[in-house]
This record gives sequence, C-alpha cells and structure tokens, in this order.
Amino acid sequence: MRAILYILTSLAVIGLAFWAYRENYATQQALSEAGKLRRNIEAAHSRLAVLRAEWAYLNRPERLRDLTVINFDRLELLSMHPDRFGQVDQVAYPPKPLLPITNPVDVSTMNADVPAGQEDPL
Amino acid sequence: MIRTPLRPLARILEARQKGENPDAIERENKRIRHEQMRDHARQRAEGRLLVLGVFFFCAFAIVGARMALLATSEPVEPRAQAPGAVISASRADIVDRRGNLLATNMETYALYAQPKFMIDPVAAATKLTEVFPDLDKARLIKDFTGKRKFLWIKRKISPEQKQAVHDIGDPGLLFAPRDMRLYPNGTLAAHVLGGASYGKEGVHAAEVIGVAGAEKYFDDYLRNPDNAGKPLELSLDLTVQAAAEQVLYGGMKLMNAKGATSILMDVRTGEVISVVSLPSFDPNDRPRPAIEGDASDSPLFNRSVQGVYELGSVFKIFAAAQAIDLGLANADTVIDTKGPMKVGGFKIGEFRNKNYGELSVTDIIVKSSNRGTGRLALSIGAKRQKEFLQSLGFFEATSFEIVEAASGRPLLPKRWTDLSTVTISYGHGLSTSPLHLAAGYAAIANGGFKVSPTLLKQGAPQVGPRVMSARAAADARMMLRKVVTKGTASFAEVKGYQIGGKTGTADKPKRHGGYYKDKVIATFASIFPTSDPKYVLIVSLDEPVETSGDKPRRTAGWTAVPVAAEMVRRVAPLLGLRPTVEPANQPVVTLTSSN
Repeated sequence: MRAILYILTSLAVIGLAFWAYRENYATQQALSEAGKLRRNIEAAHSRLAVLRAEWAYLNRPERLRDLTVINFDRLELLSMHPDRFGQVDQVAYPPKPLLPITNPVDVSTMNADVPAGQEDPL
Repeated sequence: MIRTPLRPLARILEARQKGENPDAIERENKRIRHEQMRDHARQRAEGRLLVLGVFFFCAFAIVGARMALLATSEPVEPRAQAPGAVISASRADIVDRRGNLLATNMETYALYAQPKFMIDPVAAATKLTEVFPDLDKARLIKDFTGKRKFLWIKRKISPEQKQAVHDIGDPGLLFAPRDMRLYPNGTLAAHVLGGASYGKEGVHAAEVIGVAGAEKYFDDYLRNPDNAGKPLELSLDLTVQAAAEQVLYGGMKLMNAKGATSILMDVRTGEVISVVSLPSFDPNDRPRPAIEGDASDSPLFNRSVQGVYELGSVFKIFAAAQAIDLGLANADTVIDTKGPMKVGGFKIGEFRNKNYGELSVTDIIVKSSNRGTGRLALSIGAKRQKEFLQSLGFFEATSFEIVEAASGRPLLPKRWTDLSTVTISYGHGLSTSPLHLAAGYAAIANGGFKVSPTLLKQGAPQVGPRVMSARAAADARMMLRKVVTKGTASFAEVKGYQIGGKTGTADKPKRHGGYYKDKVIATFASIFPTSDPKYVLIVSLDEPVETSGDKPRRTAGWTAVPVAAEMVRRVAPLLGLRPTVEPANQPVVTLTSSN
C-alpha cells in the first residue's frame, strides 16, 4: 500500500515538474512574442508620428498657398472673399438625364433617292 | 536503539551478594541515560540553530544580491503585466482648434564618440568634417586622441547624416536616440508656440523642455506621461492664423513699418483665434536672444503681449462708455471742446491744433477730440476712472497662457492726478499691450462683461463680472461704428461686415524721456460685425509711414486701418461669417413699468 503511494507521489512530482517546465517555456515564448508585438506597435507608432508630421508639413498653409498659385490654370482656386458667399437656391439642380431613344429617325438625306435633274449642282 | 535497562539483573544480583545498595546502580544508570538524552537534545538544538542560521544567511544574501542586481542593472519595463496602452515617454502634441498639428515629436539621433573604442581617430575626424563641414577638424583630432573618454559631437542629425557616419565605420562613433520637437508649419504662430530645447541629456534619452511661449507655460502638462496621446488643444485656427500673418506681413511691408502685431479674439469666449507678431522666427531653429540693443528689435519679441506702449486714441471709447454707464452723459450730450484747456498747468491740445467747438459725445469719438474726452474724464473723476480701467484688466498682466504674457505688465502713472486722468482718457500716460486692449474692446463688444483672453479652446462663453451696463456698451458700439462710417477709420468699411473701431496714433517714447516726432505706433482696435459683435481685431503697426501722397502719412487711419480692413476681408469668410445687411437703427422699446 505504502509503495503504491510512494510511486504515485513520485509520478505526480515528475508529472508536475514536466508541466511546470513546459509552462515556463510557454510563458517565456508568450512574453517574447508580446515583446515583439509591442516593439512592432512602438515602431508603427513612431512611423505614424513621422507620417503625421510629414502630412502636417506637406499641408502647411505656406505650401498650399504656393501650390494654388502654381496650379491656378487647372484649379482656379482663389482665396475666400466676402463676395463668394451665395444662397443655396442659387445653385442649379443637375440636369435630368435624357430618356433613352428607342425609335431613331434618320433625318440625313445621304441615302435619299434624288429625282433625275435635281442633283446637287456641286 | 538498544535501551539499557536501569536495573540490569546481573549487576543487581552481584550487588546484593556484596551487600551494596542496588538502588545506586539504578541511579547511576538513570544519570547516564539523562546525560545521553541531554547530549542528544543539545546536538539537535545546535543542528537546528545551524540550519536556521544558514537559512537566514541565505535569505539575506538573496535579498542583498537582488538589491545589488537591481541597483546596478539597466531598468527594463515589466513585460509580464503589459497594460493595453503602450507607455509613451514622448512630449504631447500641440494642435489648433480644428486638430491641425502645430507641434509634434520626431525621432532622431545624437552623435557621440568614445575615443577609447576608436580604431583610427584621425581618419574618423577627417571623415566627420566631410559629413559636417561646420566641425573643427583640429579640435576633433585633439579630442579623439586626448584623454577624453566621451564627447558629444552633434545634438541632432538627419537620417542621411546618420547613414554617412555609419559609412565611416568607426566603432567609437555612436548614436543616441533623441526625441526632437518639430513645428511643421515653420514660422506660423512662432511666438505662441515658443520653442523647445533639451534639458538633462543621457545616452539613451534626453528631456525635451519648453523654452518659451506655450511650450514653456504648459511644460508640466506636455511632459506628463499621462497626457501622451492627449494633445494640447489651442484656441488658434491655423487657416486664420496663416491668412492673418500673410495680410499683416503685406501691410507691414506696404506701410514701411518695422514691426506689426494683430490679435483676433472671440468676444464671448475670450479665445484668441489668431495672434501675430512680426518680424517672426522659426521655432525649429530658435534664434538666440539679443544681448544688446532694444529688446523689441529681436524677432523673439512678442509685440502682442510684451509690446507695452501708450496706444493713444483707441482708449477714448472707454471714457465715453464709462460716462454713459454712470449716467453723466448720453451719446447725444453736447460737450464744449473749445480750447484753451489747461489741466495741472499742462495744455491739452487737439491733433494738428484743430478746434472742434461743441460736439456731441458721439462726435467726440468720431472726430477723436482730446479735449472732449478729457472733459468727460474730468467729470468721471480719477477714482472712478481708475476703478473702471482696473475692472477691464488694464492694471495687471493678462492671463494669456504663454510665459511672455507675465512680462507684459502695464505701466501706470505713479500718482493718478487730474492730468493723468485727462491724458489716460485719450491713451497717454498708461502703457498697455495690444492684448489688454483686445480684452477691453471685447467687454464693449459682448455687452459689458469682462473677458480674459485665453489660448485654450473653450467649450462655453466666459461669464465674467459685468463692467458696464448693456446700454453703455451698445452706445459705445454705435459710436465705434460711426468712426468707420463717418470718421477717421473710413478705410475700414468692408461691405457686409459692419466693422466698428477706433484709431489710435501714439508717438513713440524715447528711451530716455520725451517722444519721437516721426515715429508712431498706429493702432486700429475694431469689432465686427457691430450689430452683433463676434470678434475683436486689433492691428498695430510699429513706425509705419504711408508714402503714396506728397507728404508722408503716419496716422492710423492711413496705415493700420487699411491693413485691418483687408484682414477682415480675408479672415471673416474663413471664420464662417457671411456678409450681412446692416440692420437699420430700430427704436428701442424700454420697459418703464412692470404692471
């Protein structure tokens, strides 16, 4: 009886030791993975900060002003002035789309039969 | 264990035969047994003590070793209990009221050297001077080959420079990560933002500290790790600020002024939407403060809060408003402005020695009569005038949240005599900054409540103490409007925005007493739209000259006013203000009886 108890206990100790060993390595693995993820997040954060700074730099009013001047031919952007305010009803509705033409009528005379003697003099 | 019997039969029998007492044998055996027991117990106790001693020694040794380890090792962040948010040590961003970035951080590197690890110090120094032409080669060689173990070479280097230094390939040249404060908009709002620099520097990190402006004022907030990711929201509007700077710069150049400042402020919330001081500087590369000469010549000088000058006739409206508030006059009361007028042995004259005769209070403001306001001020009296100006905030530095604001302390007369009362009523003898003036005009514009200018975005209007009656404020607004439609500020008429304001041209004081004849500060203080004022705009030019006529013109009506008008034209649409038709003067219904 006692022997069985000893054997069982030692088996339990071996089993628990094995479990603890595995847990230890799994934890370390998880920690290093979390660390790696955190480093990635930090890198992404700093990249984001650089991108935001760059975006702000590219959108600085001075540069936008120069760009509107350079591209005036295409964009025709002017600074906001008091006379550029309007009423909503001054804006025209977009024109309605045309109905599809289902029975076209040929109005060209290219193929018409011309009676003799009435040909185009040219 | 074999137990020795206490009365061994053999010995008892032997003793009996010899006639000895057998009990002696028993006692003898008992004694031996007790001695054995005692020795055993002692041994055990000693063993236990030893074990305990070893245990305690080990425990203390472990604690000591752990402490030594913690003290000598590099600190690392706890990895196991990682919180959701990453703790960021970087300084908080600064954004404008619409969330546009005004100041942020960038990762960069500092370059340092450890000469003892260098392989070829001379070659490294030579190549370094090729990368950084501003370094002194002879000095570098001396440092690298001398006794120094460590030296900083460059505070901030660009990624290209870092790569170039990498390519030198010397193991003694090392990089230290740095956070760098970046102002992406360059000179925009430079005086408000101030600038940042490095505090304590280490190899792994360096403190970024604010050195001026809002960066210094809010240094604790910005550095607090709790606030990382929570940017500081200012009341400034980037677009409006840019437009204001452009217009003011153009105006300054056109009017040949040496400096200029403008303040645009919300009259209800006290939010400063734009504040410009020219000439400006780049906070990314903050110039050194001027050591000699006049402080106001340095681009670092913030004219809007530090430029404490006598601002001239813009103050007249306060005397008129107070006289109406106290019931001493109304807008139509006629005052005799004929000369000569002598106060305290000092003659009070008008601009270009004009003589306006009898004028209503409104016309005193419209024509800007010194004697008229002087007489109003005398009827108010020194004490009440003092109290009124104090309630408007003209006696102490403004609470504007940049460090320079505290140095913009108004200059008051030592003794407030009758003469001071009269001169202060037309803006001489009391020196204030343009920001003080903006706060004073805001009180007129918002119906008589004191507002303190603020740099932080506000959610709700300020509820300050009432400093004048709504009636007095309304009359004062009407007078300001008439200055534009009929008076000295006719250039300020911008269709649809009903600007009302008062011009002020003050001679600049010489440093050692007296005034310059041909150097003025031209100021235009305005509110718009006058029928329902939303903003107050102060434009002030330092030493302007308008030279389109045959004689140089320096009055505010010719210099500051056109600049202010152009600014309203540019800025009001950006603020979302639609041009409106001015309402006709409607008769006011007054409740005379509550029954």
